[in-house]
Amino acid sequence: MSDFVQTLITALAIGSLYALIALGYTMVYGILKFINFAHSDIVVLGAWSSYTLAIRILPWLGLDPHNPATVPPFWVAAVVMLAAMVFCGFVGFAIERLAYRRLRRAPRLNVLITAIGVSLLLQNVGQLNFVFGASPQKMPALLPSWELASIAFGEGESARRVVIGLIDVVIFSLATSLMLMMQYLVFHTKLGVAMRAVSFNTDNAALMGIPVDRVVSFTFVLGSVLAAAAGFLYVTKYPSMNQPAHAVWVLLGLKAFVAAVIGGIGNVRGAVLGGFVIAFVEQFGAFYISSNYRDVYVFALLIVILLVKPSGLLGSPVREKV
Amino acid sequence: MTYPGFQIMRRLTYFIPAALLVLLASGCQPAASSSNEIVIGHFGSMTGSEATFGQSTDNGIKLAVDEINEAGGIDGKKVRLITYDDKGDAREAGTAVTRLTTKDGVAAVLGEVASGLSLAGAPVCQESGIPMISPSSTNPKVTEIGDMIFRVCFIDPFQGSVCAKFAREHEGLKAGKAAILTDQASPYSVGLQEEFEKAFEKLGGKVVSKQTYQGGDQDFSAQLTAIRSSEPDIIFVPGYYTDVGNVALQARKLGLATPMLGGDGWDSSKLGEIAGGAIDGCFYSNHYSHEDPNPRVQEFIKKYSERHQQTPDGLAALGYDAARILFEAIRRAKSTEGKTLAAELAKTKDFDGVTGKISIDGDRNAIKSAVILEMKDGKPKYVTTIQPGA
Repeated sequence: MSDFVQTLITALAIGSLYALIALGYTMVYGILKFINFAHSDIVVLGAWSSYTLAIRILPWLGLDPHNPATVPPFWVAAVVMLAAMVFCGFVGFAIERLAYRRLRRAPRLNVLITAIGVSLLLQNVGQLNFVFGASPQKMPALLPSWELASIAFGEGESARRVVIGLIDVVIFSLATSLMLMMQYLVFHTKLGVAMRAVSFNTDNAALMGIPVDRVVSFTFVLGSVLAAAAGFLYVTKYPSMNQPAHAVWVLLGLKAFVAAVIGGIGNVRGAVLGGFVIAFVEQFGAFYISSNYRDVYVFALLIVILLVKPSGLLGSPVREKV
Repeated sequence: MTYPGFQIMRRLTYFIPAALLVLLASGCQPAASSSNEIVIGHFGSMTGSEATFGQSTDNGIKLAVDEINEAGGIDGKKVRLITYDDKGDAREAGTAVTRLTTKDGVAAVLGEVASGLSLAGAPVCQESGIPMISPSSTNPKVTEIGDMIFRVCFIDPFQGSVCAKFAREHEGLKAGKAAILTDQASPYSVGLQEEFEKAFEKLGGKVVSKQTYQGGDQDFSAQLTAIRSSEPDIIFVPGYYTDVGNVALQARKLGLATPMLGGDGWDSSKLGEIAGGAIDGCFYSNHYSHEDPNPRVQEFIKKYSERHQQTPDGLAALGYDAARILFEAIRRAKSTEGKTLAAELAKTKDFDGVTGKISIDGDRNAIKSAVILEMKDGKPKYVTTIQPGA
């Protein structure tokens, strides 16, 4: 029982990170019908820019940046996260403006290849010594390692505890509130109506007076901001950070993309559902079956979904007009 | 149909093959090394997750090179070292070795630390007939590549049995049940795990849980939760230090206080930095301890700390030994021709190295003792030495 609850807590925390990243994939696909391969690199950028900022703020507060003796006040974490979100928002805007916009009318394959190019560019520029460098680093702790709850299961010798840490709660609640804000924005504001209109039919939306370029830019900014938040939360939970071009980052992005596809790509609620579904499959599979095949469960589920319901769990089937 | 780029395209079709030919021709010619110097190559992970491996080894080799050059070189010829970074990536390792053997024309190659990367570089050396000495790859398969590949460290069957013996017999451990957490993407980790499991069960122990991860993984909660419910006396983690540090941190967070045990992949000053107090009370087997009172070892530590301002770890000591064994062989061979040099390397016997007396056996492996270290306050402390055949 204690193991079940512990796995559940991990799955909820990781699932909310997958969901945050998956939202970026799904929104861009919904509007432009292409997969933004550079999205996972924005997550990396969010993580590494948080680190870079954190090690500059800490000495200013009189703390050792690599091994702070005490945990800095809460506002430091908030400032670092918001700054990373703003920075990544700008980068997302720039990528769309410089790389993708000129290809708006080009065949979809060209855009796809460009996206891979942008992804490689971000990875390798990030590894340059005057940017982030090619060595792993350790993110300093910005949040206290409080145990909010420690529930004991069983009695005496065999008692095992389930630990719920502050970080898990912060990740889950922050990610959930960001997703609720997204939900509100897409379904209850004028901008959201415009986004859905562009997604439905770009040309008609333009004819109705919707500024398509601005809506597309906004979508990229929004996706990048969420990715940056996910990057920050990820390194807060797993402080030992791999270098920007490490395969583990690519895998993280790939799983979030799978989450978007499983939920139904282009569907905002589907991305969130998909994120949690794959986190549960991955964590419970690893615990109850075997950790050897942790990634296999995720991709096997993808294959099953693609065979049974190709449009994803919440996606609506698309009819190609002939 | 003509469009503006067509003419240029047509010209390019002639130009590109021609350019490629020129490049190939220049690339195949080994840069003629001047006759009064000997060039040796080193490929290692100078950056990446195992960066301290490459950096320490390189520092050790540099110290050996400086010493020999100060003493007038080998028969009057100065030694020049070329180091390439393989970033801990198998493809990069292959490229680096190809560049050393074809373009730089090295007499011999030193490297790598990680077995997976040595396995990527070794076939290139074997094919081009240039001897390669791995300072610290312990997987048996490395030297099985061919008669040009040597190593100056012990191999995993020995290291695995040392760990198993220690876990079973050490006062205060006497482990009956072991859990294992292996990096399934690393030949080093998988090889060591197999040998440990065999030896541990032969000594009457029982392996109660076998879990795996992929090098670079960040989350180990599922594996550690499973290990926790199997209630082991010891957790064997034959991985590299970055991952081990994360495993230790997350294990303690889950309230899992069982001591961990590992191999020489733990040997890095970064381990204590990453894991902090979480790694205290854990053990690993290694090639040498800087607390060894042997004057040969203390002299090396003094010289190394003067040159590099840090205490050498086991990999630095092995890099130093590998380079010195190579210089010895070149001196005896009086030649840098591949076959002759390899024959002399194979004759190395009772070489008085920092990491112990080194003899190369018929399979081009070194026979030597291992030490067990315990982490205390983030630093390794000497516990015991285990001899081969014991």
